[in-house]
Amino acid sequence: MTGAADVSTTPRAHVRGVRRPLGPWASFLIRRLARLVVSVWVLITFAFLLIHLIPGDPVRAALGLTAPPDLVERTREGLGLNDPLLVQYGRYMHNLFTGDFGVSMINRLPVIDTVSHRLPNTLLLAVLAFVTIVLIAIPLGLGMAILTRDGRRRPLELGFTSSAMVIAAIPEFLAAVMLVYVFAVKTGWFPIAGKAGPNTFVLPVAALSIGAAAALSRLVRVEVLGVLGQDFIRTARSKRLRNARIYLRHALPNTLTATLTVSGLLLSSLVVGSVLVETTFAWPGLGPTMVSAILARDYPMVQIIVLVYGAMVLFINLVVDLVLAALDPRSTIKQG
Amino acid sequence: MKRLMTSPLGVAALVVNAILLFLVLFAPAIWGKQAAANDILNLGAGPGLGHAFGTDALGRDILARVLVASQLSIGLALGATAIGMFIGAVIGSVAAITSSRLRWLITGFIDIMVAFPGLLLALFFAVIFGVGPRAAVFALGLAMAPSFARLTYTLAANIAGRDFVAAARTLGISRTRILFRHVLPNIGEPLIVNATLGASGSLLAFASLSFLGLGVQLPDYDWGKMLGDGLNTIYKNPLAALAPGLALVLAGLAFNLSGEAAAQLLGGRVAMSPSRARRLLSAAFDRGIVDSDATGARTAGAAAEAGEAAYPLGKATTTEAGETAYPLGKATTTKAKSADLVLRVEHLKVAIPLDETTVATPVRDVSFTVRRGEAVGIVGESGSGKTLTAMAVAQLLSPPVASQADVMVLAGQSLATLSPKALRRHLGTSLAMVFQDPMSSLNPTMRVGLQLAEYSREHQGAGRAQAWERAVDRLRAVRIPSPERRAKQLPHELSGGMRQRSMIALGLMGEPALIIADEPTTALDVTVQEQVLRLIDRARAEHGAALLLISHDLAVVTAMCDRVLVMYAGKIVESIGVTDLVAGPAHPYTRGLIATSPDLGSDRDHLLPSIPGRPPHPGRLPVGCAFASRCPFATAVCEEIDPQLNLSTAGGQVACHHPQSGSVVKADPAGVLS
Repeated sequence: MTGAADVSTTPRAHVRGVRRPLGPWASFLIRRLARLVVSVWVLITFAFLLIHLIPGDPVRAALGLTAPPDLVERTREGLGLNDPLLVQYGRYMHNLFTGDFGVSMINRLPVIDTVSHRLPNTLLLAVLAFVTIVLIAIPLGLGMAILTRDGRRRPLELGFTSSAMVIAAIPEFLAAVMLVYVFAVKTGWFPIAGKAGPNTFVLPVAALSIGAAAALSRLVRVEVLGVLGQDFIRTARSKRLRNARIYLRHALPNTLTATLTVSGLLLSSLVVGSVLVETTFAWPGLGPTMVSAILARDYPMVQIIVLVYGAMVLFINLVVDLVLAALDPRSTIKQG
Repeated sequence: MKRLMTSPLGVAALVVNAILLFLVLFAPAIWGKQAAANDILNLGAGPGLGHAFGTDALGRDILARVLVASQLSIGLALGATAIGMFIGAVIGSVAAITSSRLRWLITGFIDIMVAFPGLLLALFFAVIFGVGPRAAVFALGLAMAPSFARLTYTLAANIAGRDFVAAARTLGISRTRILFRHVLPNIGEPLIVNATLGASGSLLAFASLSFLGLGVQLPDYDWGKMLGDGLNTIYKNPLAALAPGLALVLAGLAFNLSGEAAAQLLGGRVAMSPSRARRLLSAAFDRGIVDSDATGARTAGAAAEAGEAAYPLGKATTTEAGETAYPLGKATTTKAKSADLVLRVEHLKVAIPLDETTVATPVRDVSFTVRRGEAVGIVGESGSGKTLTAMAVAQLLSPPVASQADVMVLAGQSLATLSPKALRRHLGTSLAMVFQDPMSSLNPTMRVGLQLAEYSREHQGAGRAQAWERAVDRLRAVRIPSPERRAKQLPHELSGGMRQRSMIALGLMGEPALIIADEPTTALDVTVQEQVLRLIDRARAEHGAALLLISHDLAVVTAMCDRVLVMYAGKIVESIGVTDLVAGPAHPYTRGLIATSPDLGSDRDHLLPSIPGRPPHPGRLPVGCAFASRCPFATAVCEEIDPQLNLSTAGGQVACHHPQSGSVVKADPAGVLS
């Protein structure tokens, strides 16, 4: 059994006790980057293992039972699947770092071409949705916290929290279908699918943002309410500042840590959630490619897309951690 | 169970879950035939006769299919949750009981895995296990496992640190036995609450996989698959897509509801309705005070809250200062003198609703004055109402705490007559506050100088540079070394003493007529305490400001103040000049405070002496004198009649049926305690 202190025993804490002549920022950066390297290694290893964990012969599965045996054998040879596992692992790593991600088992084209062609569309969608979420959720959550503080306006509070809860429970793809029905089928204001002009962005971005914005605004409200109860807000009130300054200058910045942490998680799940929305809207991003690759058992394609999604998530986490450390050096840097 | 049935959330959760359970168990048997029957005359029809939600492309009834699909949708989601929870609990438990090296590896791995969104993991495992419902259940279960593992580990490590586990460990009980006997039973409840919430995520995730074509395959169908199929016929019959979507959201909400109901059941508290609190508070304010009915009641808090107070208590009528017939008012102030007063408070009450039926009145009927430049101390045990009195004067109480006073005049202005804007200006320029804990009382994310400078920007019309200059100047005035540098720092970069001096500097940004200092030295080292007190005293002398010093420390108050108000159970029991106090106060409680106050001569090896007994709970005050039960001089009259403040032979006023006299003998610790 472990003591309570062991809760903090993470890979980062393990180096504690070693004398560090470095400043807190430098050692934080080193620890954080070390974690990133380990995470990337785990990600790459999983992507590599993907093709080997599949029960049976992946090539036979991909090409189908009717494929001629010599074609299967040639494909196996081409993918290097006949070599010992460690050799394959080493070659996979080497190829990754030289920019060779393999060729599709379906169309024989380098998978990197498809990905580099489609990734920008996915990123664009995710970033637009994220900006929308933040722009809606933070003012909404702050406003609701102010209006419902100290138990004021109980009906409004109840209405807000329950409707936010319902909206947050709507999955992206259902939101997408509902939006398509109302704004494309019924009213015809927006195109039903595809990517062309600016108005083709509206529905996919909305479908990605609605639920997350509801969830985040709930969180912001709770955070702001928590901050409003703290002593330094009483001090600010004792200075008889105008309310706007108390809320915007004193309360809001102190909710940023929690908001940012959750926003980072949101953005990560947004990147992956875009698979569903892109599929619904036939958006030319990575999502539909991944789904069809899974269905067609085009493993090299699946491998690279898993790598890309994973890398995006790791990158987002890194950025969030760095920004948190800059904003709140006290807590973040100490804990790493 | 009783609590579950009485809370609306619990009832809703029970009802919805009963409906879902019924559907999962019986829907295929009841509607199965109908769901499979092809109505070839109505292919992809909209809602109409015989088909409430219309039909799909093969003419099958949508409503029946949605109902039937509940079995597969919910069943598979629960299956995935169970798998995820089982694997997670095993991994988390192993991490909790294993050697530290292996624990480091496992928790590190879990940390990396939870960083990836669940859907990405589910897609990854779906590739490995292949397409189909069974594969999808396993994929989803594995994807959920890391977060459950982390939860189990965190909870288990938390329990493992507790005393009873440590005791079990010293008895030599094996790790595995400790895990099963002591740890798992204690983390079961939070795990189940989280599993319920996880189930709603699992439901949606499974539907996502089916929607993408990776989950349930033909000829089976769940809500996710129906949604995907319905999308293709959305022009013909939108309900084919929307109906299963609706079912999905409702079932997801039901899971969420159950989770929240369970969480509430395991430790939540139901908040009181504001109207109920309002009624309770007005009742509390009306009770027992003769004058308040005649003069009209108002909430002090309401004015400060810019007219949007949650508890408007009665009419906001104002009372002219100095007109109320009240013994204390007459004794201490005449009309001629009232111009000399900085603060005049009459019949102040503070009330807090405790639960559905009771209201505590931690400040009951407090009247006092502070003259220009005078230093008045308020002493009393914690809970005596001294801080609430100060906060009420500063108009800094917020709901559900409410206050009411017949008269509240600060620096010549009756606070009740001012508009919210004028009140803000008036309080900002004539009242300064110094709070107790300078760490939590300064904004941790804002530079110290800026926290001072914003006062000048707000109240003195200063520009940015000018305000900053003033802030640095004030920091210098409270003897903070290199104030230019310190002003640019965040509060946590300053020492405790420097933070408290910054708070004082903040109070000196303006030219306050009154400084309220609430335990300004309690959080500080003894050496720093004296510097801070001297600083407050000097600032007061320079600006001619009056001081209202709240402290539990008689020594501090006698050193700093001209006059002392002794509070007990929400009332002033004695008002006395410092010289008279030292010579010997009249109230047994005040005498007890002096007898038990530690000084340098006290023997610190012994327990510090204290007055026996405890003050009454503010919600359960006795009819008579609140101190009677602890008072060695109490008689029958003390139990029946609450004494009022009257002129005292010791000087000042005292509220006691049996006032004492003569100097106080310091208590012998053993004697007081026995």
